[in-house]
Amino acid sequence: MSNDSNHSIEHHIQIYIKVFIALGVLTMLTVAVSYLEISFIEAFFLAITIATIKGSLVLGFFMHLISERAAIIWILVATAIAFFILMFFPLISLTDASGLY
Amino acid sequence: MSDSHHHEEKFFQKYIWSVDHKVIGIQYGITSLLFLLFGFGLMAVMRYQIAYPESVIPYIGEWFFSESGGVMLPENYNTLGAMHGTIMIFLGVVPLAVGAFGNYLVPLQVGAPDMAFPKLNAASYWSYFVGGVIMMTSFFTPEGAARSGWTSYPPLSIFESGQTMWLLGMVFLITSSLLGSMNIIVTIVQLRAPGLTWFRLPFFVWSQLVTSFLLILAFPPLEAAAVLQLMDRIAGTSFFLPSGLVYAGSAVEAYGNGSPLLWQHLFWFLAHPEVYVLILPAIGIVGEVLANNTRKPLWGYKSLVYAISFLGFMSFIVWAHHMFLTGMGQTMSAFFQLTTMIISIPSVVVLTAFFISLWGGSIRFNTPMLFALSFLPMFGIGGLTGLPLGVAASDIFLHDTYYVIGHFHYVVAPGTLFALFAGIYYWFPKITGRQLHEGMGKLHFYPSFLAMNGVFMPMFIQGLAGLSRRMYDGGQQYAHASDVLHWNEFMTISAFILGLAQIPFILNIFITLSSKKSEDRNPWKSTTVEWSAPSPPLPHVNFESAVEVHHGPYEYSVPGKEEDYCPQTSP
Amino acid sequence: MSNIPYILEERPDTGLNNAKLGIWIFLASEVMLFGGLFSAYVFLRFAAPEGDFDYWGSKLSIPMATFNTMVLITSSVTMVMSWASLKLQQFDKYKMYLGITILCAAAFLCVKYFEYTGKFHHGIYPSSSTFMGIYFTLTGLHVLHIIGGMIVLIFFWTKQADKMWDENQDLLANRIEIIGLYWHFVDLVWIFLFPILYLL
Repeated sequence: MSNDSNHSIEHHIQIYIKVFIALGVLTMLTVAVSYLEISFIEAFFLAITIATIKGSLVLGFFMHLISERAAIIWILVATAIAFFILMFFPLISLTDASGLY
Repeated sequence: MSDSHHHEEKFFQKYIWSVDHKVIGIQYGITSLLFLLFGFGLMAVMRYQIAYPESVIPYIGEWFFSESGGVMLPENYNTLGAMHGTIMIFLGVVPLAVGAFGNYLVPLQVGAPDMAFPKLNAASYWSYFVGGVIMMTSFFTPEGAARSGWTSYPPLSIFESGQTMWLLGMVFLITSSLLGSMNIIVTIVQLRAPGLTWFRLPFFVWSQLVTSFLLILAFPPLEAAAVLQLMDRIAGTSFFLPSGLVYAGSAVEAYGNGSPLLWQHLFWFLAHPEVYVLILPAIGIVGEVLANNTRKPLWGYKSLVYAISFLGFMSFIVWAHHMFLTGMGQTMSAFFQLTTMIISIPSVVVLTAFFISLWGGSIRFNTPMLFALSFLPMFGIGGLTGLPLGVAASDIFLHDTYYVIGHFHYVVAPGTLFALFAGIYYWFPKITGRQLHEGMGKLHFYPSFLAMNGVFMPMFIQGLAGLSRRMYDGGQQYAHASDVLHWNEFMTISAFILGLAQIPFILNIFITLSSKKSEDRNPWKSTTVEWSAPSPPLPHVNFESAVEVHHGPYEYSVPGKEEDYCPQTSP
Repeated sequence: MSNIPYILEERPDTGLNNAKLGIWIFLASEVMLFGGLFSAYVFLRFAAPEGDFDYWGSKLSIPMATFNTMVLITSSVTMVMSWASLKLQQFDKYKMYLGITILCAAAFLCVKYFEYTGKFHHGIYPSSSTFMGIYFTLTGLHVLHIIGGMIVLIFFWTKQADKMWDENQDLLANRIEIIGLYWHFVDLVWIFLFPILYLL
C-alpha cells in the first residue's frame, strides 16, 4: 500500500466513493427491512446478513483487507473463531441446561 | 526521537520512566516479587487460622483483628482468600512470567535492540502499577478489600464489600496485559534478527508468543464482564441478578432477569486460558534450562512447538469444566469433558519431550537445573490430578474441595514458581553480570521442594474425604471431614518452613549484587542469542553490533566441534 | 527508539510494518471486548421473559440512530480520503477531510447526548431493565471509543501534524493509516450495534 503510485490512489478513491454509496443504500435497506412482518429469527438473520455485508465493505475497502497480507488475515480468522465460541457456547449451554440457572 | 547515544539520561528518565525493555523488565520483576511475598504472607495468616481456628493470631491479631479480640472473623478469612488468589495470579505470577521474563528476554533472544513499541511497554508497566496500587489501597478503605473469591461470583460479589475497588484494579491490570502482549507478538514477528527463522527461535520465545495470543483474545471478555459487574454494583443494573432475589432478609430492589451464569461464562472464558498463561512461560524457561544443562538439543523441538500451539487453541474451548455443577445439560457437559481430556495430551507431549531430553545428557546439577528438574514431576502431579476434575462425574464429588486447591497449587507453586526461580538463577548473570551463589541456591531449593510437597500433598487426601474449600475454620464444623483435619497443622508448619526457605534466596540476591562483576558474559556456555550481548546488555541497543543468526537454538555437543556448544550468532 | 527496524519500511517476509501489525492485534482484542458485551446481550435476551426486550427496545429512537449511522459512515469515508490525500501529497485536503471526520464524530456525540438525556428525562436509566442496562453499556463503551479516537484525530489536526509533515511525510501517512484503521473499526462496531439494539 505504501508504494502505490498516484494513479493507483486515485483509482482507490473511486472505489471509496462507490463503497460509501453502497453503505448508505444498505443502511436504508436495514431500516426498511425492520418494518417487515417476519419472525424474530428471520429478522435476526436478515439484519445480521446486511450488517455483515456492510461490515465486509468497510473491512475490505476502507481497511484495505482485500489486499492485506496473510499474517493479518490469519489473526482475524483466529479472532473470528474465538468470537463465535464466546457468542455461541454460553447460549448453547443455556438451552441445553435443565433450567435457567 | 531522543538521541540517547550522546547525552546521559537523568535518574528519573533512566530508572523510573525508562522505555528500555530491560529496565521495564526489572521494574516488573521487583514489583511482582514483592507482591508474591505479600501474597505469601496473606496465605501464612490463613494457614495459621486453618490449623488453629478460633485462636488469637500472633501479632496480626492485635494489629488487624483487635475488634474481635485478636481472633479472625469469617469475613477477614474471606478477604485473605480472595486477595491471596488475586495478588498471586494477577500481581505476582503473570507480571513476573510475562512482564518481567518476557519483556527482558524476548528482544534479546530475537536479537532486537528493544521491544517494537518501547513507550507502550512503559505504559503497560505503569498500568500494572496503578492496578496494584488500587488493589492494595482497597485494604485500607472502610469497605475493606474484596472478599468474594478471586472468582468474584455474583450475586454475592454484587452485595459484598470491597468488590468495586477490585473490579477497578482488574481493569487496569487487564489493560496492562493487553498492551504488553500486543508488544510481544509484534516484537517476535517483526524484529527477529536476520537468519532467525521461525524454527530457530528458542522454545522460550515460542511459549511467550502463544501466551501473548491467549492474553490478547481471552482477557477482553473479562474486562467487559468487569464493567458489567461494576454497573451492577454502582448503577443498579441487574446483569447478573436473577429475579426474586432476597438478600439479608429483604427483597432486592433491582429489575432482575439477569443471570449469575453469564458472569461465570465470561469469567472462565478468560480464566481458563489464564491458567495456560501461568504455565506456558514456565514451560519455556524449563526448556531453556534443560537444554543448557544437559548439553544436548531439546528432544522433539518441533513437537513441542506444535503441542503448545494446539494447547493454546484448545484452551479456548474447555472453560466450562469449571462449571460442571451449575446445572449444565448432558450434551454440554460431555463436550467440555471431551475437550478437557484432549487438552491434557499436549501437556503430556511437553513433559515426555522434556524427560526424553534428559536421556544421554551430560547433566549439570546447578541450582537452575535443580528447580527445572523438579518442575517435571511437580507439574506431572499437578496435571494428573487435574484429570478427575476434568471428568464431569468425578468432578461432582471433588468440585470446591481441597482436592482442587491441591491440583492447581501443584501446577502453579512447585510448578510455575519453581520454573520462575530456575529462570532467575539462570539469567541473573546476564541481567547483573554476577552469578548467584550456588550453595545458598541449594539451601533455597531443597527445603522449598520438601515444604511445597508438605503443604499441598495432604490437600488431595483432605479433598477426597470431602473437605470443602474456602471455610474459615478449616472444616471443623463438618463431621465427614473430621478424620483428615489433623493434616492442617502439618500443612501449616510446612508452609512456615517454606517461608523460611525463601530467606537464603533473598539474602543471596542482595549479597550477590554487592559482589564484583564477572568478565564472563556467558558463564553457562549457552547457545541462545541473549548470551552474546554484554552483561548487562547495552542500554537501548543491547548488542555491540548487528545480530546475525546462523544456527539453531540448541546446538550443543555438535560432533566434530571443539566446544560442546555453538552459539546461534557464531558464523 | 529510532534504531528499531520496520517502523515505516515493510519487513520482507511478513510484508508489514510494526504499527500495522500492532493495530490489527489491538483491534482483535477490541473485537473480543465488544464480543463479550454482545455475548452478554444474547444471553440476557434469551434469559428475559418473552417480549421484555421488544418492549424496552421500542423506546429507542430509530431516526436518531439512523442519522448517527450515516454520520459515522461519512466519517469513515472522509477518514480514508484524508489518508489518500496525504499519499497524494495534498496536505490541505488532508486537513479538510480530517476536520470533517472530527466534526462527524462530534455530531455523533451530540446526538448520543440528546438520546441519553432524553432517556434520563423520562426516568429511564441503565437500572430500568436489563435491556436498558446493556444498551447504555454497549453504546457507552462505544462512545468512550469515539472520544478516545477523536482525541487522537484532533492531535493529528494540530501543529504537531504540520511539524511531522515537514519532517517525515511517510511517517505521518503511516500514522494516519493506523488511526484510520482504528476509526473504521469504531464505525464497524456501530454497524452491528445499530440493528441489534435499535431494530431487533
